Amino acid sequence: MAFRKTLLVSALTLSMGLAAGSALAEVKIGFLATLSGSGAALGQDMVDGFNLALEEHGGKLGGQDIVFLKEDDQLKPDVGVQAVQKFIEKDKVDLVAGVTFSNVMMAIAKPLADADMTFVGSNAGPAPLAANQCNPGFFFASWQNDGQAEVMGQFATDRKYKDVYMITPNYQSGRDQVKGFTRFYKGRISGEVYTQLGQQDYSAELLALQAANPSAVWVFLPGGMGVNFVKQYKQFGLMGRIPLLTVSTVDGSTLPALGEAALGAYAGTFWGPDFKNPVSESFVAAFEKKYGRIPSQYAAQAYDSALLIDSALKKTGGKTVDKKAFRDALRAADYASLRGSYKFNVNGFPIEDFYAFEVAKDAQGRVSLKTIAKPLTNHSDAYFEKCKY
Amino acid sequence: MSPQLLFMQALNGLQYGILLFLLAAGLTLVFGIMSFINLAHGALYMMGAYFAAAAFRHTDSFVLAILAGLAGAMLLGVVLDRCGFSRLYPRAHLDQVLATFGLMLFCNEAVRMIWGSAPIFMSLPDALSRTVIVLGTPYPLYRMLIIGVGLLVALGLYLLIERTRIGMLIRAGASNRGMVSALGVNIGWLNTFIFALGAGLAGLGGAMVGPILSVQPGMGDSILIMTLVVIVIGGIGSIRGAFLGALVVGLVDTLGRTVVPALLSQSLAQELASTLGAAISSLAVYVLMVIVLALKPEGLFPVKKR
Repeated sequence: MAFRKTLLVSALTLSMGLAAGSALAEVKIGFLATLSGSGAALGQDMVDGFNLALEEHGGKLGGQDIVFLKEDDQLKPDVGVQAVQKFIEKDKVDLVAGVTFSNVMMAIAKPLADADMTFVGSNAGPAPLAANQCNPGFFFASWQNDGQAEVMGQFATDRKYKDVYMITPNYQSGRDQVKGFTRFYKGRISGEVYTQLGQQDYSAELLALQAANPSAVWVFLPGGMGVNFVKQYKQFGLMGRIPLLTVSTVDGSTLPALGEAALGAYAGTFWGPDFKNPVSESFVAAFEKKYGRIPSQYAAQAYDSALLIDSALKKTGGKTVDKKAFRDALRAADYASLRGSYKFNVNGFPIEDFYAFEVAKDAQGRVSLKTIAKPLTNHSDAYFEKCKY
Repeated sequence: MSPQLLFMQALNGLQYGILLFLLAAGLTLVFGIMSFINLAHGALYMMGAYFAAAAFRHTDSFVLAILAGLAGAMLLGVVLDRCGFSRLYPRAHLDQVLATFGLMLFCNEAVRMIWGSAPIFMSLPDALSRTVIVLGTPYPLYRMLIIGVGLLVALGLYLLIERTRIGMLIRAGASNRGMVSALGVNIGWLNTFIFALGAGLAGLGGAMVGPILSVQPGMGDSILIMTLVVIVIGGIGSIRGAFLGALVVGLVDTLGRTVVPALLSQSLAQELASTLGAAISSLAVYVLMVIVLALKPEGLFPVKKR
């Protein structure tokens, strides 16, 4: 009898404990990133950046305990869709964040929209989601994809380069980037070369480029392709002879592999590790201390996403049940961002400044990005007018 | 396109061909003599690059780095052969493909765990990062060096196979493996030697491209495909076939990438020409393979069977 009583009591306490647990209301964040395959370096940086923000806030955002769930999309859209379905149906997350590549982003946009899920993007910002496929629950803490090419286009115009020779991989993003660059570059295009995705050797293209002798070269060659290209550009004696403007090519993820070979190359994006504001400086210091490397923009974007979520949860008192209130709080972007202040456009993409950087040595003699100009101020993407909810 | 630029592009093709040869030589020997399909050959190339980059970081010596790539891959080859692959030699080709494909995935993940997913650093000493003037155009000295080393390796292999006792055994093994064994030659050790030689050459290739290419997980996968194309075109099992096949593939690929878009841009709008050119040139090598398979299924330079 006594035994049965003990059993009953323990069962009761257990169930009460469980009930109490769920009443504590944590916020569950499903973080999707590319953590294996050729794009894994970017995804890992994003996870590291987000985790750093969580750690600094003692595992809480907006004073609320955070359950951080991460999934790897393997750079495959179908795997990404499965992961998002798991987040929504099994884990019952309150919001989804992250996403490294645009093809995965495009694939998961529909399941997210169907579930009316709130989404905070930390990297990929494909054009259709900024235009007619925009969604009131989607917020991109990074940028619309074209922005980084547009700033280089403006930079090339500002520098009065007579003609520019363009090299990109032969796929959708490459073509989008070409459009972005030419939208702001007013000079002549003396070459438009499409290479194979994942190409390793660029000697043939470099010789042809040398023969064309343009006043500047613009490339969009993400990841390993960029490492290959820049090393070879340098070995052909072109670095320093013909200015090299890049997008997603020399960045925090590839500079460690490039080292001094990249010195003198230009890059365009929204943030750099030498930014002089308290949030950015403390982030860079903390990241270097924890991971022993200069943070890339991908780490910065994910860190900033966490700060954005933190600000919104603070406003709603840690609640996400009232979706509209939570989204309004996100839309306000009322926090100190790494990049300084910015606003969200109607399509959930930032209206923000874009900068030009030069690869140079920092105060400690390490190869890093140095801010040299701000070609675009309060820049809106080219698509927001097509966004109607 | 000027004749001068065409010549320079041919030089690029030659350099690419030489690199392919370093991989194809090992792959074709292993296939020709042990009838073993080794899809992990690209992984050995990758390991060579990683060993070299790691040695470069610790010693700061470029020569030691190249030697580390060569020796490391060779040692790995011996270990692989002795610890598992030798059991696979008598098995069906499908078993071999599955096992070595698995090993390839394993190696990619292993380097990711050890060195991380981001590409790692490897550069050239200043003395080698200069350019030389060829026909009035600057060309990287280091690529000339790769061509030179590759030609030396080809010559060395030729002498080894045609002029030495072990080469005689290799040729005999390729013709009739059972007979060589029956004559009292330890075919097991001959296999290990060939496998280690092939692995070492792949490692040398990986180490030599370290300063040119991004050293990252999976870097051996795409070159493996090209290497398979080379040995199909050249003729399986023949070093001569691997050498000539590699040069043909290197030249067709490079010239396809440059001449086709240049020709198209004379007759078509630039955007269309570049799109179409990119599509056609990426197909060029495979079209060549299809033609060779249709006309000479044995490859262009097959081993003479006696």
